[in-house]
Amino acid sequence: MFDHFVVPDLLPAAPEIFLVVMALAILLIDLFVKDSRRTLTFSLSVLTLLGCAVIQVWTRIGGVAYMELDGDIYPIIRYFANAEGVVYTFSRMFVDDLMSDVLKLFLYATVIIVLFYSRAYVIDRNEMNKGEYYVLTLFATLGMMVMISANHFATVYIGIELLSLSLYAMVAMNRTSLAASEAAMKYFVLGALASGLLLYGMSMIYGATGTLEITAIAARLQDANGNLLAFGLVFLIAGLAFKLGVVPFHMWIPDVYHGAPTSVTLLIGSAPKLAAFAVAMRLLVGGLFDMAGDWQAMLVIMAVLSMAIGNLAALVQTNIKRMLAYSAISHMGFMLLGIVTGVVNGNPANALEAYSSAMFYVVSYVLMSLGTFGMILLMARAGFEADTLDDFKGLNQRSPWFAAIMMMLMFSMAGIPFFVGFFAKLAVLQVVIAAGYIWLAIVAVLFSLIGAFYYLRVVKLMYFDAPQDETPIVASADMRLLISANGVAVAAFGLFPGTITVLCLFSLAHSF
Amino acid sequence: MDFQTLVFFFLSAILVFAALRVITARNPVHAALHLILAFFTCGGIWALLQAEFLAIAIILVYVGAVMVLFLFVVMMLDVNIDRIRQGFWSYLPLGAVLGLLMVLEMGLVLGSRHLQKPAAAAAVAPGVSNTKEIGALMFTDFVYPFELASIVLLVGMVAAIVLTYRGPKKTKNTNPNQQVFVKAKDRVRVLQMPVEKD
Repeated sequence: MFDHFVVPDLLPAAPEIFLVVMALAILLIDLFVKDSRRTLTFSLSVLTLLGCAVIQVWTRIGGVAYMELDGDIYPIIRYFANAEGVVYTFSRMFVDDLMSDVLKLFLYATVIIVLFYSRAYVIDRNEMNKGEYYVLTLFATLGMMVMISANHFATVYIGIELLSLSLYAMVAMNRTSLAASEAAMKYFVLGALASGLLLYGMSMIYGATGTLEITAIAARLQDANGNLLAFGLVFLIAGLAFKLGVVPFHMWIPDVYHGAPTSVTLLIGSAPKLAAFAVAMRLLVGGLFDMAGDWQAMLVIMAVLSMAIGNLAALVQTNIKRMLAYSAISHMGFMLLGIVTGVVNGNPANALEAYSSAMFYVVSYVLMSLGTFGMILLMARAGFEADTLDDFKGLNQRSPWFAAIMMMLMFSMAGIPFFVGFFAKLAVLQVVIAAGYIWLAIVAVLFSLIGAFYYLRVVKLMYFDAPQDETPIVASADMRLLISANGVAVAAFGLFPGTITVLCLFSLAHSF
Repeated sequence: MDFQTLVFFFLSAILVFAALRVITARNPVHAALHLILAFFTCGGIWALLQAEFLAIAIILVYVGAVMVLFLFVVMMLDVNIDRIRQGFWSYLPLGAVLGLLMVLEMGLVLGSRHLQKPAAAAAVAPGVSNTKEIGALMFTDFVYPFELASIVLLVGMVAAIVLTYRGPKKTKNTNPNQQVFVKAKDRVRVLQMPVEKD
């Protein structure tokens, strides 16, 4: 019975194990914390994530290699595990490759920034100022790590559930707010429906191929029942689209972004996009690559619809959280363009550049989304949410520096040169044109132009309108420093986009 | 069509019917009763597939524990005892029909060996225990998702507590320190009120 079983190598999963142990410890330690600001819980959570990052790098690095791209030489971390850098463990349920390493490092950084940004907001709100807030954040992070490293339908599903359950609870945590309870209920019901669709798709693909392991599915795809696979794929895509938040499975996004406490919106709007991208890559590219023609056709429709509905609906919003929710839908649609152009007429020559451009897009979107929601949190104070567009009126007179940062973030979101958002859009458009979909590129540019209007309106409000509220902006030094760094990073990566591009290209080239 | 296939189609028809009733019934108690029927029928189909552990687990866990709890909650939302008593008699016919249906299903699945020749090529070799196989897999190949499932359950518990716990109940003890410092004007509050005409 145990002939085939190999005792799992725990080293590749060391960051996950460390995170679980620390999260459980923090859950207990917090019971004895007397401090109403919960400094100990907060610092332990940040240290845990830093520790995860250290372990992630420390268990991987073997040295430095050099990679040549367009005549320039870039230093790159060399992988010690094996030449390909792909390690499977836990009976091939867990995969550790360079894509997962890079995405997880971005994930840790994102969650640390989320914790710093939401600190003051959480302290000001009694209902949320609990140790469980930090513990649930850590468990949500664990769920995302599991999703990123999943090589088995069971782990994909359980990672998604771990993430979603933690997020449902965090959205509902502000019990006195009716909007938050409504958002949590909608998120929960629609999330359960999406999980059902995903499971239904997985069960059909299992029925067709006889295995749940993603790499094994890829090997058995040729002999499988085509009809059953196609049905399974439709359900799988529907479930995935829900998690990514693309049309027509986007209905939950505006309500949840709007209703959830802003600190939770910040978490929902940033890190899970990385995990959802990873799951899409694992399932579609890692598992169902031979069916690329089928899923690309479905995703193209979703991408175009997302860009259209996202950008048009964002035009008429008065609440900035709702506006950013529709903007998130349109950005995810734009990112899908990178995933759908990988295989052209059965020829995967373009694939690496295409998927790498999508990864670049996700990473830069997460950076921008962190900054913009961070600005809302910065302006919020006890009893005041700062979540309408009017609250940004005249920000320049109240604080020229923060107005400048918000302007950079908005320019970057709109895709104005030379910010990181521009290069993300450029990279995706390049692969779309290289794949020969000229009409798709034109549609994407047109909707980006429409989208530029509502980003620039925020800039107009900040610089040309009189402020409605003269209260000075109070923020701790770490918050000011981090949000400044975030804004500067958007500009700096715009000047040097090569670093992220090479990271994405190299990590994807050495994965799967 | 052999007898097993016939039983399978019979159970499937009931399953689809019960599942449809769960979402169409207006009365939540009826919906819950049909969900019990759906779980039970599902257990029957698993028993046909020789997955006896899953069949028993779904009946013990879902029908025996989860659904009974569901019914309690649905019925307790109305705390009026008389109405629950009335409810008992009005739900009895439906409950009896569903119960008889389940007994019939159980008879079909468990009694199928008396009604037909034993299947020549069983899917599972004799002597292999379903329960033992699942247990072994759970702690070897599936240990990673198994451990993660425990974390999911923990998150469920933490979430339930954080969303419902409202702090310790305030006790009505007195604080002598505050009592000593009390002044006359704290005890009496003079209100200005207009004279009421009656």
